[in-house]
Amino acid sequence: MTLPSLPDSAIRVGAHASDWRGAVRAAGEALRRSGATRASYADRMIGVIEEFGAYVVVAPGLALAHARPGPDVLHGGLCVVTLVEPVAFGHPHNDPVHVVVGLAVSNAEEHVASVAALANAFNDPTVIDRLAAASTPDEVRALLGATARAGEPA
Amino acid sequence: MRIVAVCGAGIGTSAILKVNAERALDRLGLSADVSASDLATVAVAAADAQVILTSTELAAAVRAALGRSFAEIIEVHNYFDVDEIGEKLEASIG
Repeated sequence: MTLPSLPDSAIRVGAHASDWRGAVRAAGEALRRSGATRASYADRMIGVIEEFGAYVVVAPGLALAHARPGPDVLHGGLCVVTLVEPVAFGHPHNDPVHVVVGLAVSNAEEHVASVAALANAFNDPTVIDRLAAASTPDEVRALLGATARAGEPA
Repeated sequence: MRIVAVCGAGIGTSAILKVNAERALDRLGLSADVSASDLATVAVAAADAQVILTSTELAAAVRAALGRSFAEIIEVHNYFDVDEIGEKLEASIG
């Protein structure tokens, strides 16, 4: 089980967002910057939350922003955005959000392995707080067991 | 025993719930077939399911999508908390 690679361009430590849309947009920008998606994917991730609610806040302090596969997904990818000031997504239990993980998958089958690897990292309940406090991309990668480029040892 | 994990888009969150539900079942020594689904297809996916796992945010929509069903809907707060998922599954099926 391996995570998609997490290059510096896919990590934004200490972002400022005034609301949940801004936080998701920062994740969309990181996915675009890393080459995983086109810019429109950010709007689709926002659309999922507008349609279904804040269920993407899957754990206290953590939002897993994502949308369905589509032509704006160039390849599967992951990004991590940490927020200086946490923002509310409107979740009854897990607000406010300090960390946004953005996920893009090009097909539904592909993502199962990467999601299992994500679940491994986050099954440690201290990881979300430690991610929120991370100050460098290297720290973020170390906490998630991710590599900067595909195929590198973690 | 069939369990269906449901999220809005059928990508990401339901897969996490499925993976962690399987881990919780393992720890409890229970066996069940766990699948992931989205809201649009949950009525078909959950036709013969006993338990549906989803978030509080989606529970009402799942209930509406299912219509008449005998499946129990379990609301999970923390998708990464295998203990929480295990306790709720055990209370339901253990």
